[in-house]
Amino acid sequence: MGLDRRVFMKTLGLAGATLALGKSTGTALNKDNPTEFYGLLYDSTRCIGCQSCEFACAESHNLPEPEDYPDPEVVRKMDETRRTVVNAYTTDLGETYVKEQCMHCNEPACVAACLTEAMYKTKEGPVIWRGDKCMGCRFCMVSCPFDIPKFEYHSSNPKILKCDMCYDRLQKGEIPACVEACEEGAIVFGTRRELIKEARRRIHENPDLYKDHIYGEHEAGGTGLLYLAPVEMDKLGFKTTLQNESYPSLTKGFLYSVPSVFVLVPALLLGIHEATKNNHQTEDDGNE
Amino acid sequence: MMEMNSITYTKSRDPKKQSTWKFLISELKPKGKIFTPFNIISAPIILLGIVLIVIRFWKGIGSVTNLTQEVPWGLWIGFDVVTGVAFAGGAYVITFMVYILNSKKYHSLVRVTVLNGFLAYVFYAGALLLDLGRPWNVINPIIGNNFGTSSVLFLVAWHFLLYMMAQLIEFSPTIAEWLGARRARKILSGMTLAAVIFGITLSTLHQSGLGALYLMAKDKIHPLWYSEFIPLLFFVSSIFAGLSMVIFEGSISHRVFSNQISEKNHKSHNGILISLSRICAGAMFAYFFLQILIFIHEKRWEHLDSSMGYWYLFEMIGLVLFPMMLFFQGYRTRSIAFIKTAAILTMIGIIVNRLNVTVIGFMWEEPLRYFPSWMEITITLTVIFTEIWVFRWIIRRMPVLSDSPAWAQKGE
Ligand code: SF4
Ligand code: SF4
Repeated sequence: MGLDRRVFMKTLGLAGATLALGKSTGTALNKDNPTEFYGLLYDSTRCIGCQSCEFACAESHNLPEPEDYPDPEVVRKMDETRRTVVNAYTTDLGETYVKEQCMHCNEPACVAACLTEAMYKTKEGPVIWRGDKCMGCRFCMVSCPFDIPKFEYHSSNPKILKCDMCYDRLQKGEIPACVEACEEGAIVFGTRRELIKEARRRIHENPDLYKDHIYGEHEAGGTGLLYLAPVEMDKLGFKTTLQNESYPSLTKGFLYSVPSVFVLVPALLLGIHEATKNNHQTEDDGNE
Repeated sequence: MMEMNSITYTKSRDPKKQSTWKFLISELKPKGKIFTPFNIISAPIILLGIVLIVIRFWKGIGSVTNLTQEVPWGLWIGFDVVTGVAFAGGAYVITFMVYILNSKKYHSLVRVTVLNGFLAYVFYAGALLLDLGRPWNVINPIIGNNFGTSSVLFLVAWHFLLYMMAQLIEFSPTIAEWLGARRARKILSGMTLAAVIFGITLSTLHQSGLGALYLMAKDKIHPLWYSEFIPLLFFVSSIFAGLSMVIFEGSISHRVFSNQISEKNHKSHNGILISLSRICAGAMFAYFFLQILIFIHEKRWEHLDSSMGYWYLFEMIGLVLFPMMLFFQGYRTRSIAFIKTAAILTMIGIIVNRLNVTVIGFMWEEPLRYFPSWMEITITLTVIFTEIWVFRWIIRRMPVLSDSPAWAQKGE
């Protein structure tokens, strides 16, 4: 666990200090505990709405730079040209900012939906999209409770776009571009367990500043992206009515019944067929 | 009915006189009048639709559809695939009654219903391809790059494929009779029961699977239409959706292709419709009962006093309960007019229900609602009309409605 802690300390948003240790992240990724996912903790109270994360995201994914800015009058949306947006909301506390992106669910609906495993939950935690497998059915979009995956409707070779937690960078031992770009330390990268601990610590030390709720700890079965905010998340445009069970659990009952249907129904049909073989004569004259 | 005396059975190939190729080429020629009202309406729409399909593949799905990032599935999935496949359910119900329950009185319906079902899957499930952004990867879930076995869509896609094969086997003796292939017919007929059993099993799973597709969209579908029981509701309603289609299609075929149908089958047709109406009424009763249980279980009355609530009541009472009573009344009084009216209302009810789940109730809170573009509608019509053209082509050539050639009847 020692290694993990080091990674965590390093990635607590102190971008400058991370450079020296840069390499070790990649090798450290889940070596100790293969089931421990990495994630992000976003703290709305620290966010000043400067969009540095948006610019960094656009740059590292070859997307156009954002041309608008957070404005309480408009809800900015992610689309096929931007994988994350920062929105401003007027709350009791004045203007509050919130960053939106893929939640990297522990049990993602998009992955359960995908029939080719193009949407894929890596063992490190990021949910990524693999173009060589995707057939563009958009079932991931239908299923995602956060409406995250976006589709290029005006391309003959369309892609699905969403945040991939900079999976390429992670493998090179770097931290996600948005984390590195945020000078306010509003986004930190680390293992989910450490992030929850850190979030609890912040709430505990500053109970007046935060709502006592880590959004994403339980929502949709738990997500890799965790939110701390000074107001309830529905004031910031988030759905607070989501179930705490994972979304794939909604289809499990149906999918589990498939094998038994395949065994029982044919046997039943054959049985009925044999049983009724000889009595069709009488029925034949029935209703004609 | 005047044409009854001039029965022209489809001519099958006589293997002794004609080679298969010559026969096939001669069969390619159009039969029947060219300038019928149906042709005059459908031909230009099909041509326009083909142009739009080219544009769709060239410029992307967004160039012809109104789909958005929030509403990624629209008319093509909600109507063509989900509703079209429900209507194709007649094939598994009829084969169940004829081959499993050995209820031979429905035998004259088997071929036309299976043909209808097969074509519906080819065209409506095929319409899925139009909706795929990256259709060249459609083979991935088949060849195993990769198997997304936790996906309901994976299950549905595989089932479509397998069920099409099962239906092709069920239909193949007809093709063999048309080609005069006696030995092939014998072998293929021997496979019918296995194909039927396999086909019914697949149908129960993918009819409900189409509903299961929407289970994860829990927060997006209006609570009056979302429940964990969508799969069960879709399955039960596919029974009377399919049978209503059989009744509807049968009454059209009996008029349009009346010269193909033997007098005996003409006479027995009304009796068959009356028996079917009883099954429809029964299935609809079960469905309605389920809906009531779900209504109570999900405490749906909270949502009734709203425009969506009235729409829901209209669907349940006007398009389920009312046609159910019509079917029942039609059965009791042996009134074909009642039965046909009930079938049409039921079909409208199925369309409304499937669209309520997939389109109308989907993302119902969004301020900007999705409405299909005229181009989406044109392409949908193109798919339907092309299917009817192919259906007609086959009916005019193969012994589907008409009786099998004498040699094949002897073998039975
Ligand atoms: S937020 Fe949506 S897209 Fe992101 S992992 Fe979860 S289900 Fe998938
Ligand atoms: S659009 Fe692509 S990534 Fe999304 S479910 Fe379909 S195949 Fe998977």
